[in-house]
Amino acid sequence: MASLASEPRSRPFITRLGWAVSDSWTVVRRHLTHIRYMPDKLLDVTIQPIMFVVLFAYVFGSAIKVPGGNYRSFLMPGIYAQNMMFASMPIMAALVQDMQRGVIDRFRSLPMSRAAVLVGHAGASFIESMLGLVIMLLCGLFIGWRPELGVGSTLGGIGLLMLFAFAMTSVGTFLGLIVKSVEAAQSFGFIVMFPLTFIANTFVPTAGMPVWLRTVANWNPVSAVVQAVRTLFGNLPPGSHGGPTWTLAHPVLSTLIFACLLIAVFMPLAVWRFRRMLLE
Amino acid sequence: MVQHSSGVRPVIYAEGLVKRFGQVTALSGVSLAADPGTVLGLLGPNGAGKTTAVRILTTLLIPDAGHAEVAGFDVVRHPQEVRERIGLAGQQASVDEYLTGRDNLVMVGRLYHLPSRQARSRADELLARFGLEDAAGRLVKTYSGGMRRRLDLAASLVAAPPVLLLDEPTTGLDPRSRTDMWTVIEGLVRDGTTLLLTTQYLEEADRLADHIAVVDHGRVVAAGSPDTLKKSIGGERIDVAVPDPKDMAVVRAAIARAVGREPDLDLELNRLTVPVEAGVRDLTAVVRELDQAGIVVEDIGLRRPTLDEVFMTLTGHEGPGSGQTEEVS
Repeated sequence: MASLASEPRSRPFITRLGWAVSDSWTVVRRHLTHIRYMPDKLLDVTIQPIMFVVLFAYVFGSAIKVPGGNYRSFLMPGIYAQNMMFASMPIMAALVQDMQRGVIDRFRSLPMSRAAVLVGHAGASFIESMLGLVIMLLCGLFIGWRPELGVGSTLGGIGLLMLFAFAMTSVGTFLGLIVKSVEAAQSFGFIVMFPLTFIANTFVPTAGMPVWLRTVANWNPVSAVVQAVRTLFGNLPPGSHGGPTWTLAHPVLSTLIFACLLIAVFMPLAVWRFRRMLLE
Repeated sequence: MVQHSSGVRPVIYAEGLVKRFGQVTALSGVSLAADPGTVLGLLGPNGAGKTTAVRILTTLLIPDAGHAEVAGFDVVRHPQEVRERIGLAGQQASVDEYLTGRDNLVMVGRLYHLPSRQARSRADELLARFGLEDAAGRLVKTYSGGMRRRLDLAASLVAAPPVLLLDEPTTGLDPRSRTDMWTVIEGLVRDGTTLLLTTQYLEEADRLADHIAVVDHGRVVAAGSPDTLKKSIGGERIDVAVPDPKDMAVVRAAIARAVGREPDLDLELNRLTVPVEAGVRDLTAVVRELDQAGIVVEDIGLRRPTLDEVFMTLTGHEGPGSGQTEEVS
């Protein structure tokens, strides 16, 4: 029998590429349709961050002094960066759910492009995060935050946030493929993401922290991202240029390196994990 | 094990499939064949390896050894060609809860690379065919279990694939939805689809399948038509229902005298069962012996063995569908 098996016609590269693009778009549109039917899905990237802004800008912020600076200008870049950190969450939740419900298996049994399964999920998640970023920027403008350094630098700051969101999306893609339950995905948010975003210069200057914690915070890559965003938006309080660590002294460069490193590690890992599903 | 009619090339064909997961051997040499337009039933208990076999045939999993072809293409070497020709409905209804029924079918149609308008008209056609037109615009979240399964089956039919693989399509459904599902499946087969169906229910295999492969512990322990399987464990059965348990010993002795073999006792039903070779002649002999012993029995009958008995004989344990609890995994 084996010898009788048919040989397929090979399809031109351009056809396959076209399908990869249109299949990815189909998967993206699926997620966007979810948002249309269930707008509460967007709470994570809208109401929740806005509550953070209110909480920090008006509650905690009333007692936090930034030497020589304005707390709200100091705060908003931290909020932006924190939100981009959480870009890893929606894709993780979506993938875990789709794996559990057999949706990924259905996709894999269809003649759709393999790449589109992950690209579509990641694309939708990225779009969701960008929507969150726009809302946050508007929210920042509303409470008096302003980028101070002109159009080029401002766009650079936004671009850096987008790159970082993309990097975190690829982290979330990999984690979504290995985590077994939605609960585990959520606890990842609390156990890993919260300390990472809080033990940093995100909401308060690190200068007041105990020495050991300050060391951790200063080396925390999230601090570099926040510092980079403050630098590009011109929101650094006077005298806080540079920093005790190399990462804080070269925040934009170290953020670029950090983001590229995450992408270079987690994207291939996600693809590897996706392919391994064939074996287990 | 694999029986196929001469000259016809099986649409689903597997030879010596082996699959291990760590220490667990899920399949240890499974061979299968289904001729065009027929239904092959994989019958076996939970954990027998049915789902693993389906996952290999649908290109979701690569076997450690062995060879499989679906619709003329090797599942490992040419998975894409296979995917274009199959529909899969899994154990869980793998539909998107946060889309409407119509959205689900249109999306699947687009992923089969149907042009958008065609995907929409095909979706409407299938929704009508499966009695879901009223629910078409509702989120699947609000659907009943039976409706989800029907939608899932509809999704596997979007591209009108010549080969359909259904993994336990009725597990967990209430009896009514199960019968509905059977009717739908029978309709598909009439239209010429080749179907592989896994099930834990002997009744389901008996009703739907042309050929049955009984799977247990990762191997095919028997294969053939339901009739062949029933014949293979020999002759017919005489059942005698004894209303008064006091009479049991006397009846048992009478049967043994008549057919020369000790009957088995079913305590729950107060019923004695004995396999016989000579059919009606044996039945007459039993009736005569009982009459002479002066016993009145509630019921006596001659019948062919059930698939449950076939399963029991072949695997040494009780039929998978005979348990009280239904496992939905």
